[in-house]
Amino acid sequence: MMEVAIGNIKFKNPIIAASGTFSNGREFDEYFDIGKLGGIATTGLTYKRRDGNKGIRLYETRSGMMNSIGLQNEGIEEFLQNDMKFLKEKSTNIIANLGGGELEEYILGAKLLNKSDVDMIELNISCPNVKKGGMSYGIKSKDAYEITRQIREVVDKSLIVKLSPNAENIVEMALACEDAGADAVSLVNTFNALAIDIGKRKAIFDNKTAGLSGPGIKPIALRMVYQVAQNIKIPTIGIGGIVSWMDVVEFIMAGATAVQVGSSNFIKPDICMDIITGLEEYMARENIKNLEEIKGII
Amino acid sequence: MKNSYIHKKIIFKEKLAPNILRIKVEYSGQVKPGQFFMIRGWSGVEPLLSRAISVADYENEQISFLIEVKGSGTKLIDKLGLGDEISLLGPLGQGFNIESGKKIALVAGGIGIAPLLYLAKKMDGKVDLYAGFREKEYLVEEFKPYIDEVHIATDSGKTGHKGLVTDLISPDKYDLVITCGPMVMMKALAQICSGRVDLEMSLENNMACGIGACMGCTVETKTGMKTVCKNGPVFKESELIL
Ligand SMILES: Cc1cc2nc3c(=O)[nH]c(=O)nc-3n(C[C@H](O)[C@H](O)[C@H](O)COP(=O)(O)O)c2cc1C
Repeated sequence: MMEVAIGNIKFKNPIIAASGTFSNGREFDEYFDIGKLGGIATTGLTYKRRDGNKGIRLYETRSGMMNSIGLQNEGIEEFLQNDMKFLKEKSTNIIANLGGGELEEYILGAKLLNKSDVDMIELNISCPNVKKGGMSYGIKSKDAYEITRQIREVVDKSLIVKLSPNAENIVEMALACEDAGADAVSLVNTFNALAIDIGKRKAIFDNKTAGLSGPGIKPIALRMVYQVAQNIKIPTIGIGGIVSWMDVVEFIMAGATAVQVGSSNFIKPDICMDIITGLEEYMARENIKNLEEIKGII
Repeated sequence: MKNSYIHKKIIFKEKLAPNILRIKVEYSGQVKPGQFFMIRGWSGVEPLLSRAISVADYENEQISFLIEVKGSGTKLIDKLGLGDEISLLGPLGQGFNIESGKKIALVAGGIGIAPLLYLAKKMDGKVDLYAGFREKEYLVEEFKPYIDEVHIATDSGKTGHKGLVTDLISPDKYDLVITCGPMVMMKALAQICSGRVDLEMSLENNMACGIGACMGCTVETKTGMKTVCKNGPVFKESELIL
């Protein structure tokens, strides 16, 4: 049985599509039934629409990629009236990924989402690609505590806080979010990183730095998930470089309750289905009845 | 449901120029000029991203791709031989509008010539080709049955005009100009065509997913942000904010 629970929500399997890598599902639903996923984290949503960043937005690295999308989205109201109507019909959990700049913007967004049909909210305090706010809440534990507490006050739905690997101390950060009332933490978002065009003698990205994701980050993400899961009581959702069911098993053995699959959706639009099938077969082979049997087992 | 990646054997491979490869695979389905496929010529996740490659031709259930060998992914494709498999997702994107009865100039820069061959085959009317290359021309011969005039420019001066392809074109002779190539060339062409003739551009921004999901290849247009992979890759120049 692949079922897992996070907050007051049941997931039929622990595979969730990660925010910003799965749009709002429509493009992927043309390649497989997205209702088969445990959950879908929406594109990073902000109270008002955003056009995102200028200049180059993507750059491939060894074993990974960097992005500087900058939270391009239509705004929460438009999302609720359009993509959410489509997503609601799918038999999977919809996790609204909430981004923003200033605290007030986050709170306005959270209030709209709290009244909506989304199943959960994932508070993104870890986007390295917005100038004001965004990741700045994700560096110091006391800032993360403060924003989580304020969002908690306006949100009745289950609340996940998405952590940045750029945090000063990832365990303290997770504990602060737990104290402030989060129902779960998800980690990691992308690593703040730099690439340079030596011919032009300039950074590749207009913002200079951008977010690194993909298989190259997995060992560090796994270590962080391991450290966090040992120290908090709420569930940990593991993210970072997952490309196969074996990676998922590693994250669960490190202590994760569920996982999110990000950049590898770009390798193959139905890669999540391969992962779900692979996990199912693994459990049957190893006679694992419930993922709790291997969770945090190392 | 659409097919996810399919696996096809390379049935033809040749070098058109030192770093320009042509491969063919069998395919059956609808394919429009200007559409592209996301291609992986390797198994596993390194390099991470598939390469977006335009359809250069589609005939007798065979697709041709022209590939400029320049990075880690295209070098791996270059190492493949006949009978080796590549993985393909597509066809993707909207492609060109097929016009008839108009006077049209096709303007290519380097490997940007690839999608224009299949387009030239599908269009009637007066179609002229203007093609610029760094060293030497390639593929141009194959256009000849389908077009009227050919104008070539090279940086090296080895064939045709020594200089820029944009030096050669008089926009007032045409109803429509269609271009694919490096951004600097297309921007120069936009200046020349501005206010004189309509211009359509096929863009080649970096892509990750190819299906309109990651917002990595976005361009700014007069009607908002658009993805090159799904809304494009062909845009009216008058719609773009470059
Ligand atoms: C193109 C792209 C866009 C992303 N956008 C968001 C976003 O809007 N909100 C968010 O919380 N995370 C975003 N992320 C981070 C991913 O959800 C994920 O945390 C990260 O990529 C690490 O996982 P991976 O290695 O599996 O990709 C984005 C990642 C990529 C590659």
